[in-house]
Amino acid sequence: MAPAQVDFVPLIPTIVVTVTALAVLLLGLWLRGEQGIWLAAVSIAGLVAALVFLLGLAGPAVSERRAAFDGMIVADNLSTFFGAVALVIAILTILLSEHVLLIERFSQGEYYALVLLTTVGMLVLTAATDLIVLILGLEILSISLYVLTGFARGRLGSEEAALKYFLLGAFALGFLVYGSALVYGATGTTTFGQIANVLRAPGASSPLLLIGLGLLLVGFGFKLSFVPFHMWTPDVYEGAPSAVTGFMAVGTKAAVFGSLLRILTEAFPALRAEWAAVLWLLAILTMILGNFAAIAQRNVKRMLAYSSIAQAGYIVLAVIAADPLGRAGVMFYVLAYTFMNLGAFAVVVAVADRGDVGTTLDHYVGLARRSPILALAMGVFMLSLAGVPPTAGFMAKLFVFTAAVRAGYVDLAIIGVLTSAVATFYYLRVIVAMYMSAPAEEPAPAPALRVPGPLLALLVIALVATFGLGIFPAVTGDLVGGTLALAK
Amino acid sequence: MPTAYLPLLVLQALAVGFTALILAVSFLLGPRRPESHRMVPYESGIRPVQDARRRFPVKFTLVAMLFIVFDVEAVFFYPWAVTYRQLKLFGLIEMLIFVAILLVGYVYIWKRGALEWE
Repeated sequence: MAPAQVDFVPLIPTIVVTVTALAVLLLGLWLRGEQGIWLAAVSIAGLVAALVFLLGLAGPAVSERRAAFDGMIVADNLSTFFGAVALVIAILTILLSEHVLLIERFSQGEYYALVLLTTVGMLVLTAATDLIVLILGLEILSISLYVLTGFARGRLGSEEAALKYFLLGAFALGFLVYGSALVYGATGTTTFGQIANVLRAPGASSPLLLIGLGLLLVGFGFKLSFVPFHMWTPDVYEGAPSAVTGFMAVGTKAAVFGSLLRILTEAFPALRAEWAAVLWLLAILTMILGNFAAIAQRNVKRMLAYSSIAQAGYIVLAVIAADPLGRAGVMFYVLAYTFMNLGAFAVVVAVADRGDVGTTLDHYVGLARRSPILALAMGVFMLSLAGVPPTAGFMAKLFVFTAAVRAGYVDLAIIGVLTSAVATFYYLRVIVAMYMSAPAEEPAPAPALRVPGPLLALLVIALVATFGLGIFPAVTGDLVGGTLALAK
Repeated sequence: MPTAYLPLLVLQALAVGFTALILAVSFLLGPRRPESHRMVPYESGIRPVQDARRRFPVKFTLVAMLFIVFDVEAVFFYPWAVTYRQLKLFGLIEMLIFVAILLVGYVYIWKRGALEWE
């Protein structure tokens, strides 16, 4: 007897990326040095093919759900959107890393294969409708990222970051597994839909279940670095190779937020009051601490780490709202964040020298003269992260704050707006350094920076997307669910 | 609901109580003859040759790690073998895919020279 319902169709994109990863791993044995460009090409080809399958699978009826493997995996609006974002992130990451791998003499086959496997984890995670599959996806994602974090072997910061990330990640996994076990104990099932069914009965809520849900939220909190579970974030972001940091920041955020949104709305709608109360507090702490800690940072990578903590706090506002507008808010914010943050990291990668030296604010002084393109791009991304119109960041913030207000969380929206004002300070400081500070004394003017081709392509894509999403937010209409009618 | 867990609580109490009892009895009644060979790691086993904290070729670690990968693989074969008659061709193909993925890993470590001792 085969498993009751075998349906590989929703898994096609995942399978395509897995096969590509294996192929790249093997090809990497023969293609070395300059030939590594072919590995990048094969990886991108595989990812584009997966994207075509994913969007083709969704077809005209995006909202139609297609469950497979007895409801463990699903293909629907949410999985299509976050899956597509994950694939786009992977493509951009490969553009971001291509020349770094050559400079640092990293093993290219392994690097691309790990990026692809991380993407597999994201795809599984966003499609998972079962606690066990969710943990499986999260682990594929995390284990690949642990290795990528320590990819700069021999560089102390990178190794320390990998170890720290691994230990705290394993700890977070413990919370998730234990929480899942308790939820299973309380409801007798691990599938989201059935958990919701069990909880629909009156009096189904029990201390066991609430503790389970709490532990699950702690696990998610670790992965999404909500305050007070954020301690690992700055160190890991600073220690990891810059390209990996960019990938990690947007990749985990996209996939794990997609999964969090799904589990809360599909498995625990009955406990909305309980999880909303927990997330309410986490959101306030995250927004305040993330933004205020970022002010003190002189290292741009570390500043972006705290900024990513703060941005996660804003996305939670939309998760708490949990209505169609909130869903659309999470999706739009994640998409906007993907482009503006990867763009910012592309500039960090371009400015830094071999071995990720040169990520402090001092290295950005006078960047406008060394490379006008980089300075302009960085300026746009900083303004977008701060939420200045007409960029994607502004629309994203408008979305989540509107969702919070409509759902009755005016207090959260007010804190969000106030902390955004605080955030403007440290984002603008980068712009001030690039354009308005003169280098104290400069014996020889720093040479002009050359921007490698793939990186330039990434910057152009990110810039176009940042302005595109800011000026025409309706372009995402179909995938975000057609709920973009903010003006109503 | 809480009464359903009562047997577990009783079991826990019994386990803790019994452990405490055994330790107390051996503490009170046990004879004490301090001798030098009681301090060796395996009292009645093989005599230790030297200190355990010695330098060890790191290659062993690599081989051990690679061994674990292929050792765990075998664990997946047993349940497959047991249910082979029910799974039929579907199970065979699934298993072949699994083995093919492992084979990729094998080719990779071989080509990278992880299996060479020198």
